[in-house]
Amino acid sequence: MTVQDHTPEILPLGVDGVLVRFAKELTEGANALALSFRDHVQEAQVDGVTEVASSLVSVRVGFDPEVTNRATITQALGSLLDQHQSVDKGPRRLWRIPVAFGEEFAPQLNEVSVLAGLKPQQAVAEIEATTVRVIAIGFAPGQPYLGMLPDHWNIPRQTELTKSLPRGALITAVRQLIIWAADAPTGWRHIGQTAFRVYLPETSTPFAFEPGDAVQFRAVSDTDFRAIAADTTTNGGAICKVLR
Amino acid sequence: MAILTIQNAGPGLTVQDLGRPGWKAQGLSTGGAADPLALLEGAALLGVNPAEAVVEMMGFGGTFTVDDGTRIALTGAVMTADMDGEPIAHNTTHFLPAGAKLTIKAAQKGVYGYLRFAGGIATDPIMGSRAAHLTAGIGARLETGDTLPLGPDPDRMRAPRKLPATDRFAGGTIRIMPGPQTDFFGQETKRAFCATPFKRSQSGNRQGIKLEHGGGSFAPEGGLTQVSDLIVPGDIQIAGEGIPYILLAECQTIGGYPRIGSVIPADLPKIAQAAPGTPLQFTFLTVEEADATAISQEAQLRALTKMCQPIVRDPHDIADLLRYQLISGATPGDDLERP
Repeated sequence: MTVQDHTPEILPLGVDGVLVRFAKELTEGANALALSFRDHVQEAQVDGVTEVASSLVSVRVGFDPEVTNRATITQALGSLLDQHQSVDKGPRRLWRIPVAFGEEFAPQLNEVSVLAGLKPQQAVAEIEATTVRVIAIGFAPGQPYLGMLPDHWNIPRQTELTKSLPRGALITAVRQLIIWAADAPTGWRHIGQTAFRVYLPETSTPFAFEPGDAVQFRAVSDTDFRAIAADTTTNGGAICKVLR
Repeated sequence: MAILTIQNAGPGLTVQDLGRPGWKAQGLSTGGAADPLALLEGAALLGVNPAEAVVEMMGFGGTFTVDDGTRIALTGAVMTADMDGEPIAHNTTHFLPAGAKLTIKAAQKGVYGYLRFAGGIATDPIMGSRAAHLTAGIGARLETGDTLPLGPDPDRMRAPRKLPATDRFAGGTIRIMPGPQTDFFGQETKRAFCATPFKRSQSGNRQGIKLEHGGGSFAPEGGLTQVSDLIVPGDIQIAGEGIPYILLAECQTIGGYPRIGSVIPADLPKIAQAAPGTPLQFTFLTVEEADATAISQEAQLRALTKMCQPIVRDPHDIADLLRYQLISGATPGDDLERP
């Protein structure tokens, strides 16, 4: 996978920023480019750059207009893009996170299984079997977009919004999973429950995930889940292994 | 440490500063004051660091006392205020004595008023900032009976100052710049958007405001299937029903609704301070024109500091003239020449 497969565009995003966009649609290739380009820009330490943030298919590079300007930044990013070949060094960390899939904790699992053409047990088995990656963090603090599930999980968002969801809800749409952290309505469907907190504002490391992290979900019984949720010595029973 | 007591809290009081930059990649928007210009104005008036925290008051103030006298300034939305019944002016420094009751009422113009204490609010910073970011679960609304620590006033005897009123409360023509999704909209849609008189609707908060207008929709070509992408404050989102929303300091970091353009930072305080019903219209700048308006907070502060004027008070207007020490000591004689 090289940059040539996704011709990047350099676009304005605010008077102090540019957006490097690798595609207008989400693909794993475009996402991998965005995540690795973010690292590349950060490592390059371009003069006047204030902030580098990646999204699903793009990277925003913020700059200080007193120190540099759009033309200089655009040129610097252009040459970084020219050298940008290597894409994925593999995940830096692997998370294993327990999930309850019982009816009480997964009100829309049956509906989603039907939409994916699976039995609920098969749907759970596929979630457990797929190592997903943090393809973006956003909307709410620390909230991960996790992808990608197999093709038959390309389920559209529901038109009726769900008003609110419990923190840690596992929700799905368009081949992705989210561990929900926002206090907002959503069109994604609720198919499981974790006790994992993606955002811990009271700690010195407030954000659990980094873009690129790998995540595996592990089904647990509702009884085990309640015990995990009550245990405050761990973050929802999650285990994090550093890979590189 | 001096203590500020909120004797009576309006419904929209929070501690704010210039925000918490640097966490966009983790999903946390910068947040901070809805009208950062008002923070700079207060800092210029008092001669203090603009990064110190203030009380932001949405629509309505409250009643405040301190247990140690300090200078204060009220900036942003124009709110009727008095100190123990004596009216006090907006955009002006005042000395709030210990125990005196500072009462700040409803906004007459604008939405967000700011109460700055010379020593700043000295709560513990979270991730480098004291700003409440309610959607991110950081901080809380201030309630009646709350107390907050204040830093020491660095220069209690500094002569009072005022700033000429700037009118950013009446809406008007707002300058916008193209963004990554502007080209998703047809020429005709962009023209219609700029030709349409909008009003700020009833609905709005620190995350953003909703606009209303007489008719028409501003939907992009190709529908609403764009991949979610990064947002900056000022972005104008066109939501599903074709209704524009302008995002403010506490917006989400990624959004799926297409954005027709972005209000330049220089005009964003006019959006934050537009009360419901305020007329708003938009005009596109080129990227080059927009970039030319970029100004750092340091440069803004320097310009505002130059605009501050000393207050000349007529002794006739000073009810408690004899409380003041009218003659004190000697000076080298060159005070006025010194910076």
